[in-house]
Parts: sequence; C-alpha cells; structure tokens
Amino acid sequence: MMSGSITVPASSRPTRVLGIGAYRPSRVISNEEIIKNIDSSDEWIRTRSGIESRRWATDDETVISMSVSAAQKALADAGVQPEQVGCVIVATVTHLYQTPAAAVQIAHKLGAGTAAAFDISAACAGFCYGLSLASDMVRAGTAEHVLVIGVERLSDLTDIHDRSTAFIFADGAGAAVVGAGDNDDEQGIGPVVWGSDGEHLDLIRQREEWREALFGEGGPRMPHLVMDGNPVFRWASYEMAKVAQQAVDAAGITIDELDLFVPHQANMRITDAMARSLKLPEKVAIARDIAQQGNTSAASIPLALERMLETGEATSGDLALIIGFGAGLVYAGQVIRIP
Amino acid sequence: MASTEEIRSGLAEIVNEITGVPADDVQLEKSFTDDLDIDSLSMIEVVVAAEEKFGVKIPEDEVKNLATVGDAVSYIEKGQA
Repeated sequence: MMSGSITVPASSRPTRVLGIGAYRPSRVISNEEIIKNIDSSDEWIRTRSGIESRRWATDDETVISMSVSAAQKALADAGVQPEQVGCVIVATVTHLYQTPAAAVQIAHKLGAGTAAAFDISAACAGFCYGLSLASDMVRAGTAEHVLVIGVERLSDLTDIHDRSTAFIFADGAGAAVVGAGDNDDEQGIGPVVWGSDGEHLDLIRQREEWREALFGEGGPRMPHLVMDGNPVFRWASYEMAKVAQQAVDAAGITIDELDLFVPHQANMRITDAMARSLKLPEKVAIARDIAQQGNTSAASIPLALERMLETGEATSGDLALIIGFGAGLVYAGQVIRIP
Repeated sequence: MASTEEIRSGLAEIVNEITGVPADDVQLEKSFTDDLDIDSLSMIEVVVAAEEKFGVKIPEDEVKNLATVGDAVSYIEKGQA
C-alpha cells in the first residue's frame, strides 16, 4: 500500500548560461622569474607551452575571495540577484580545507542566503562537470539559478623546482550563472559528453596524501602536483579531440556551425593539436588565454571565455565548444551558447 | 604493403602538415631533432598520425629510438610486415 504521493516539478525545460565572470590575480609572473628555479629558458617555455606569463595570487587573493569576485561579475552579467541563486557549485582542487566546502562560505559572502552549496573535485574538467550538474538541476526544476565557479590557487601546490610543471600552473577564478531558457529555441547548453579513466591516475596527481606530506620522511612539506607530460599530451591531443567531436555531435550541430573553441587551457600545443585533429574550420576563434594566464585548471574555461568576450572575439549568441580534461583522468565537454 | 619510398613520402606529408617543414626535406638520413627541428611534442603528433596512416602501433618507449626518418620508416615497415 502506498500512502500519499510525492509531487515533483514538471521537468525538462531548456537551460542556458546567463552570465560569465572572472577574476585574475594581481601578480604577473614572467618566464624569467620561473627560470630562476628551473633549468629552462623563456624560449623553451614559450615554444613548449605557449605561456608568456602567468598570474599567481597574493596571500590576500584566496580561493574564497577570487570566487566571490568572479561570481559577483557573473551575477551582474546575468542580471541575477544573489538571493535568486538556488545552488552554488565550486569546482576546485586547491581549497586546502577538507571541510567545510568553499561553496558554503562563498554563498554566504555573496548573499545567496541558504542556497545549497558544495564543492566538486574533477580537476581541470571541474567547470564542465559543474556546468553539466547545474544544467540538469535547472532542467529538472531542482533550482532556478545555479552558480558554477571554477577556482584554483595551483601556485600553492606547484613545486617551483620541478621543471616539468613549474612554468605551467597558475591561479584564478571564473564563474557562470545557469538558468532556464524562455522557450525551446533557447536551448543554451548541449548534452555533456563526459567520463573518467582511472587506469591512468598516475599521469597527473598530487604527489602524496596529506599524512605522508606532513608526517612522512622529509616532511612536513606541501604535497605538490606531479605530471607525466608526454602521455598527457598524447591523451589530451587525440582522445580529447574525439570527445570534443562527440560533444558537437550530441548537440546536433556540425563543427562548421561553431563560432568558438574553448578547451581547458592546459598547454597551447595541446590546443593546437586538438584543433588540427578536429579539423576545426579557420573561422572558429580559438581560446588562447593560457599565454597570459597559465594553466588554471578548473578556472581556465570561464577565464578564457571572459577574455574572448572582453576582446570581442566572442559575442552574444555565439556557439562555443568547451571541453575540460585532466587529473583522474577525467573529462567533460559540451556546446554552449554565449549569453 | 607500402614500399620504403611510399612510407617515407607519407611520413613527409605528415611532418609537413604538423610542423610546416617542407616535405622534400624529410629524407631518410635526416634526424628529427637536429636536422628537422622537431621537438618531443611534435614528435608525438607525428607518431600518432603515422600510426593511423600506416596501421601500426609505435609504443611510447620506442619513440626515443626513432632518431632519424629512416629509423621511423624501417620501424613502420617491420610493423606492417
């Protein structure tokens, strides 16, 4: 015998990105500064990664403060008030508290009242994972507006003496507001194509767990990030190009209909190899935020989108292919319409 | 099965497409690094494209042994045999 009946909101409405915002930390770190600690050169870094300089946060530019700033800009861009936000999702691997989640403090500082708030750990795919969750929440009626934030202070976990990673990682925050479209023509977020590959967890990872870093031999020390660059390059350049193509197919468009290609800003060479592999038409503008920003993991896609909007490379209504991929390994890609 | 010259010229096309090095420069005795100025990341791209084009598998550990265009061509020939 069933007693009572559960009522749920009518589901499956269109969703879209309503606003985008970003925060770039104030410290500009040149390649010259990086090579003081590693056997490398400005030219080597530029040719191997496309990075000319990167942004690192000061002590005052915290995961929380950078997120709040990026989120405020995204909310203003969307014309959404903080109290209208039903859920805050923060994608990060550099909030150095196991608990509580960064999202809760960010929601509070934004004035988002009692909005649901939690962090997700999906490394460089974090923003796309979060966007997928947000879209599904709005589509199902779980929330009216969801704030997705990608934020990192990778400089905290970077070994400045490791010549394979010291020049890559950087800091920053980016945010997007997701809400409902007015009608079916306003589908603004395509289906996500995502996945994981735990067989290759060693390719990019924190070197050791906290207990080992604090109490193990040679400790205490920060548990720095380590990466096996060449296999990552191969995986990202080819396997991720296939996922990117699947995301385009899943959205029911062709690659010729894209206006923007905004991959995670991992390395300019990966971006170039993916574009070649995808046979991206020349008219598609490619995000190259990494040159001035470095690799900011979960923050890189919204940061890159913000720069493209700023420079006019991206305009409202454009179709953008976004794809995140990184430690896990994990990946996620989707086509979105620029607000 | 492709001839040595067919493999060399196929590889030359790949190298040209990925790095912009003129296909005619991609001769058997040329070193990828010293003569053609191809770095390790471009080499990965060349290898992946060659695997697809010639239907062979070139494991990561093997790539560092392929110093010259001739090394790569003979590895592909053996793989196809």
